[in-house]
Amino acid sequence: MNPAARSQANRALALRLLGGVAAAFAFGFLLVPLYDVICEATGLNGKTRGAAVAMADTRVDTSRKVQVEFISTTMPGMPWEFSAGEPRVSVHPGEITTVHFRVRNMTASTITGQAIPSVSPGKAASHLQKLDCFCFKQQTLAPGEVRDMPVSFIVDARLPDDVSALTLSYSFFAVDAAPGDAGRS
Amino acid sequence: MSTGSIAAHGHDDHAHHGPTGLARWLFTTNHKDIGTMYLMFSMIMFLIGGSLILSVRAELFQPGIQIIQPELFNQLIGLHALVMIFAALMPAATGFANWMLPLQIGAPDMALPRLNNWGFWLLPPAGTILLMPLVLYLFGIGTGGADAGWTLYPPLSAQSGWGIDFAILALHLMGISSVMGSINVVVTILNMRAPGMTMMKLPMFAWGWLMTAFLLIATIPVLAGAITMLLTDRHFGTHFFDAAGGGDPILFQHLFWFFGHPEVYILLLPIWGFIPHILETFARKPMYGYKAQVWSLVCIAALSVIVWAHHFFTAGMPVQALIYFMYSTMSISVPLAVLFFCWIATIWRGSMTFETPMLFALGFIILFGIGGLTGLVLADVAADAQYHHSYFVVAHFHYTLFAGGIMGVMAGVYYWLPKMTGHMYSEKLGKAHFWLTVISFNLTFMPQFFVGLAGMPRRIPDYALQFTEFNVISTIGAFALGLSQLIFVYNVVTTWRGKGEKATDGVWEGSKGLEWQLSSPPPHHSWDPQPVIK
Ligand code: HEM
Ligand SMILES: [Cu+2]
Repeated sequence: MNPAARSQANRALALRLLGGVAAAFAFGFLLVPLYDVICEATGLNGKTRGAAVAMADTRVDTSRKVQVEFISTTMPGMPWEFSAGEPRVSVHPGEITTVHFRVRNMTASTITGQAIPSVSPGKAASHLQKLDCFCFKQQTLAPGEVRDMPVSFIVDARLPDDVSALTLSYSFFAVDAAPGDAGRS
Repeated sequence: MSTGSIAAHGHDDHAHHGPTGLARWLFTTNHKDIGTMYLMFSMIMFLIGGSLILSVRAELFQPGIQIIQPELFNQLIGLHALVMIFAALMPAATGFANWMLPLQIGAPDMALPRLNNWGFWLLPPAGTILLMPLVLYLFGIGTGGADAGWTLYPPLSAQSGWGIDFAILALHLMGISSVMGSINVVVTILNMRAPGMTMMKLPMFAWGWLMTAFLLIATIPVLAGAITMLLTDRHFGTHFFDAAGGGDPILFQHLFWFFGHPEVYILLLPIWGFIPHILETFARKPMYGYKAQVWSLVCIAALSVIVWAHHFFTAGMPVQALIYFMYSTMSISVPLAVLFFCWIATIWRGSMTFETPMLFALGFIILFGIGGLTGLVLADVAADAQYHHSYFVVAHFHYTLFAGGIMGVMAGVYYWLPKMTGHMYSEKLGKAHFWLTVISFNLTFMPQFFVGLAGMPRRIPDYALQFTEFNVISTIGAFALGLSQLIFVYNVVTTWRGKGEKATDGVWEGSKGLEWQLSSPPPHHSWDPQPVIK
């Protein structure tokens, strides 16, 4: 092959490979929505639905009892006190239950927070249906304000038999501050 | 490899040389010059990365906090790993590719010489950007270097200081550099081979590098995407990994390890390529199972992109996913075992001699074998719950990356140094270097298996009293290991400067392959015209 033809061929192949690089870069970003879709479809990762269920299966299965435990956490940079009214409740599948969580803003400024729920074990996540939840919207608390916030939920009757206890966890994040600022302040 | 027709092309081509001094190195497009720069850069960064971790080992000599505060400790471990992986091991492999691929496949140079020059010159600025925040911190300026480990997991990496931003920039530069290098390697191998050299006559080193290059092209951009998302999360209000905004920190682990697991093979495939050349040379037998080795390399590269989640089994996954990632991970050991089998069969009943490159190659096989076997243990989901994030993992990946990576590279350096410089290194110093390295390496890392099994977590500056003895041994071993490497540096540098007797063209009695048909050192422009392979 003469040098000119070869350098032509080299450049063409290099460009094709560069196309491969661009495709791989795009693929990396494609993984983000893909990951969410997979988590949502399978209930992996304890992700629960972000909004109230329109219709829940309310046949009560009185033959079974399930323990639901609550965990409340505030993330770094979130100066609120956050606790569950009761640490756990025992419910029949299909039964509507309402519990309360309490937050208190311990600072002298108004702060907005967002609670993020998570359920474990992951396979129970899609069976814990929230009818109403403070996590559906942001909460804004005036200095020193205390608020009691309800969560109404149903553990639906299709919960797999081997699950006898599940944990509902809420983490409260400060909304205004970017995460980088929160850690450094 | 069949013999080529050699054009006698001596040292009489000084006319092409052009600029001398610094300008020669800055603007060079010659594959041998660029290869030399890569190898020198790699050696310097190896020493820097080693010094970082020796200060860590000094702190771990005794329980309690003596000399290094936790903030600094966290910077040192992460920067050690980033330096070793991206600035020492990867550039060493690229250095060999530059030096040897054109010689081995009978090409006059790399296919894209200008790109080659840029690829190298991105590295020194990248290394500086990575380390500068640490240096400034030592003078009391700023928030310090990247301190979230080499894996840069959020939320920690989203919260810590601007060392992370510098590390992200450095990783981008090093990533671009290695993608450029990979494109060059693929084009060189596919387009520049000597006439008659079919793909199934390629030297094994070229096959190893070809697989590495494809993996780099496929996975470095995913890492680039992940750290870009991290950057925008930190500064521009996105929430890719921020749970408060609907993101998910576990997503980062998926993206990171989609790159990270193939990366461990990226580091090793070139070495698995040239180790068989060393074995066949010193066993004076043809390489066993050429085809089996080629297909094993291809299989390993393909499998390596579908097993990533074994790095975070404990982050919580459904059982089905755990089982899938466990078995797919374990399946990689099948082609790996084929490679081991071929290596052993190559030296089986050979008339072996034990020059330094062969010693390092044999040490590589045994110690890397331990690394692979302990990897199988970690791939067991049930066992990993106990071993994850313990010193057992640290020991595992040092048996793969130090014994498999660095010692493999050293085998290559000793093997090709006479070819590159035209002079023999000191065999006595080489052997001393080997034995000191093997002994102190095991002294350093063997205790870490036990201390990990006993429950000592990694990435921690203080530890419980019962782990003291193991850590004392490990620290003594580490300092011995570090000091032993100075013998290597001395041996290489003096050989480069012309000490030692003149090397013959073949250098080794049993050497095979095109590079050994050129003079030692090869002329500045070689294989022009190209040899013809029959
Ligand atoms: C049969 C081969 C191998 C298997 C089955 C294997 C398996 C594993 C597993 C399951 C882990 C995760 C352990 C944990 O964090 O709990 C791990 C970690 C690691 N392995 Fe391997 N491995 C193998 C070979 C290798 C090779 C060849 C390399 C490098 C060249 C390597 C480098 C690493 C590194 C760097 C880590 C730790 C990463 C980190 O958390 O910082 N492994 N390995
Ligand atoms: Cu892996």
